[in-house]
Amino acid sequence: MTQYNFAYLDEATKRMLRRAILKAVAIPGYQVPFSSREMPMPYGWGTGGVQVTAACLVPEDTLKVIDQGADDTTNAVSIRKFFARVAQVATTEATSAASVIQTRHRIPETLLQEGQILVFQVPIPEPLRFLEPRETETRTMHALEDYGLMQVRLYEDIARHGEIARAYAYPVRVEGRYIMDPSPIPKFDNPKLDNSAALQLFGAGRECRIYAVPPYTRVESLDFDDYPFTATKAAGQCCAICAAADSYLDEVITDDAGGRMFVCSDTDYCATRVAAQAEDAA
Amino acid sequence: MTPLLKVEALSKSYGAHLGCADVNFTLWPGEVMGIVGESGSGKSTLLNCLAGHMQPDTGRVIFDTRDHGPRDTVTMPTPERRWLARTDWAFVHQNPRDGLRMNVSAGGNVGERLMAVGARHYGDIRAQAEDWLGRVEIDARRMDDRPRAFSGGMQQRLQIARNLVTGPRLVFMDEPTGGLDVSVQARLLDLLRGLVQRLGLSAVIVTHDLAVVRLLADRLMVMKDGRVVEQGLTDQVLDDPQHAYTQLLVSSVL
Amino acid sequence: MIEISEVGKRFVLHNQGGAVLPVMEGASLTVAPGECMALVGASGAGKSTLMRMIWGNYRCDEGSIRVAGVELCKAEPRAVIALRRQSLGYVSQFLRVIPRVPTVQIVAEPLLAQGVGEDMALARAHAMLARLNIPQRLWGLSPTTFSGGEQQRVNIARGFIHDWPVMLLDEPTASLDAANRAVVLELITQAKARGAGILGIFHDAEARAAVCEREVDVTRFTPARGEA
Repeated sequence: MTQYNFAYLDEATKRMLRRAILKAVAIPGYQVPFSSREMPMPYGWGTGGVQVTAACLVPEDTLKVIDQGADDTTNAVSIRKFFARVAQVATTEATSAASVIQTRHRIPETLLQEGQILVFQVPIPEPLRFLEPRETETRTMHALEDYGLMQVRLYEDIARHGEIARAYAYPVRVEGRYIMDPSPIPKFDNPKLDNSAALQLFGAGRECRIYAVPPYTRVESLDFDDYPFTATKAAGQCCAICAAADSYLDEVITDDAGGRMFVCSDTDYCATRVAAQAEDAA
Repeated sequence: MTPLLKVEALSKSYGAHLGCADVNFTLWPGEVMGIVGESGSGKSTLLNCLAGHMQPDTGRVIFDTRDHGPRDTVTMPTPERRWLARTDWAFVHQNPRDGLRMNVSAGGNVGERLMAVGARHYGDIRAQAEDWLGRVEIDARRMDDRPRAFSGGMQQRLQIARNLVTGPRLVFMDEPTGGLDVSVQARLLDLLRGLVQRLGLSAVIVTHDLAVVRLLADRLMVMKDGRVVEQGLTDQVLDDPQHAYTQLLVSSVL
Repeated sequence: MIEISEVGKRFVLHNQGGAVLPVMEGASLTVAPGECMALVGASGAGKSTLMRMIWGNYRCDEGSIRVAGVELCKAEPRAVIALRRQSLGYVSQFLRVIPRVPTVQIVAEPLLAQGVGEDMALARAHAMLARLNIPQRLWGLSPTTFSGGEQQRVNIARGFIHDWPVMLLDEPTASLDAANRAVVLELITQAKARGAGILGIFHDAEARAAVCEREVDVTRFTPARGEA
């Protein structure tokens, strides 16, 4: 593929992206505007994440791409193949072997290490969007830390449902300053954002925003003193394949008679456990 | 004693059109001042400049802050001014829709200012919201209803509760009883008067209703064409008006 | 308690061709503590005008009005407000209230404004209303629908609820029956006994004779007509 520059984007674009990323890293949780490019995929399929990944990749990188935790879904496979072709980087499904991981809606179960970069695909970067539709106003609110309204949203949840009823895209406060949308990851994953050894980058292509959580940054999920945040998943269930009790589970409908099973959403985690169990048995 | 608010030579124009010009006054703690004048007299412009919603062209608005004493709110950094707006100041809009979040429950509306200044205990916030709903005579059972389902008078009372919950020291009111039925107005006036007296609030009330200022304001300022033509004790201005315009205004009341 | 010297007042009617109406000149009088002085003179001579200038809702154009040691002529609003809250009581002829406010609250208000506790203020209001023979069933109602005599008694109750050092009374016994008139005269006598300085307008000559030590005829402060 010599028709394309390394990692698809031209160097000037990557430089623009890297500047935005550096600024985002310098101001954790702050949404940095950038000039989003047309990518060979539709909006909503990870154009933001792909641009951030393209700006981060170097030839020595090993790339992993997951979609809802799985390495083998269409979106994950397409993006992995895309970079294998335009950047000729090595790819992997093993979380621990990857240097760059692009993800849609999950954080891997395996603890991330220093030197790893986790790139999130973000549909709506503005956590205050549905509370205050004016972008000029939400930017002012961020600038002035005027976050009462966000808390009102959580208050309304408790008043109406008896608990904070957000299961995903649960808002967080980064390093005690900016309120950030962690992308639509389940709130089960929120604790993994906190004090992570890896660099976490967020790209929103349609919205032209990049933001970041640098390694070892404090990330707190918003809550009330008497209604503390809890990271929940399917209650009382274990993975039907690897028997993990500590991983985030997908519910899989198995027949038309109400039959179902719960399995790990993180396919690599599940497969690694199954392999280890087979080894132990052998 | 330090004045709560000191306004010096305040002017604001909209291009060639004059908003208000050379306004000076001093408001002392516990005082309620009324501003009357016809539409276009500059009273709303003045109120918006005082409350930090609008930047005056010239002049100073010195407010006695809780922590740092008298400060010019015109030149103070925006974050500080916004902080004042959700702690020491309150602003009651004529139309409750401008001052309420219509898609947030009554309890959430009252609680917002508490949460904005850092309250993080749901039970406490709810208890305070309930207390304030009671004080403005809204049944606690309506707490989780949205203001859309409320009557105009209830919405206005909710707006007042929402504003007073953080214990402000200065309340700006823009025609607080405008657009309400006469019977509802009386109830609201009574409520406002009681709250102002009990809490020792200072207030600046813009209205064109002389009965409102007669009942609520200690002092009165009369504006015409952007300028203050007369100010003084409310009953003195109304019973013994000195300026031609004030005499006309007072004699025009039906 | 009240010292008035060389007070003058004129009205300028801007909307009637700028007509100037002098209504008072050279008014001087003194009311001592424990004394009740009556203002007399024909209707239109300026009794009410002088009362209002002392109360502060009429501006004083020249001279000096001192009440409880405070100069009122051209005083700042807050000085007048403080004086009314602490030292100067006024029983006017008309009751001006917000509809819906219960009678007992109206009577207790001067005490509440001074920071007296709610229970204490209401207890004293109850006692005062009882003394003025307002039936208890009316205490919780707004006086807007009361008869003229009842409204007047509410006004008096409000005026006497606090031991003001200085009091202005505008026809306090008008529209009252004999029994209530006696109560009001007793209130005035008691106020004098505790040292209050009182200035009043009494058309009721008998009442005036019963409580007032001195009279001042305001006709001598009335400017000659047609002078302006």
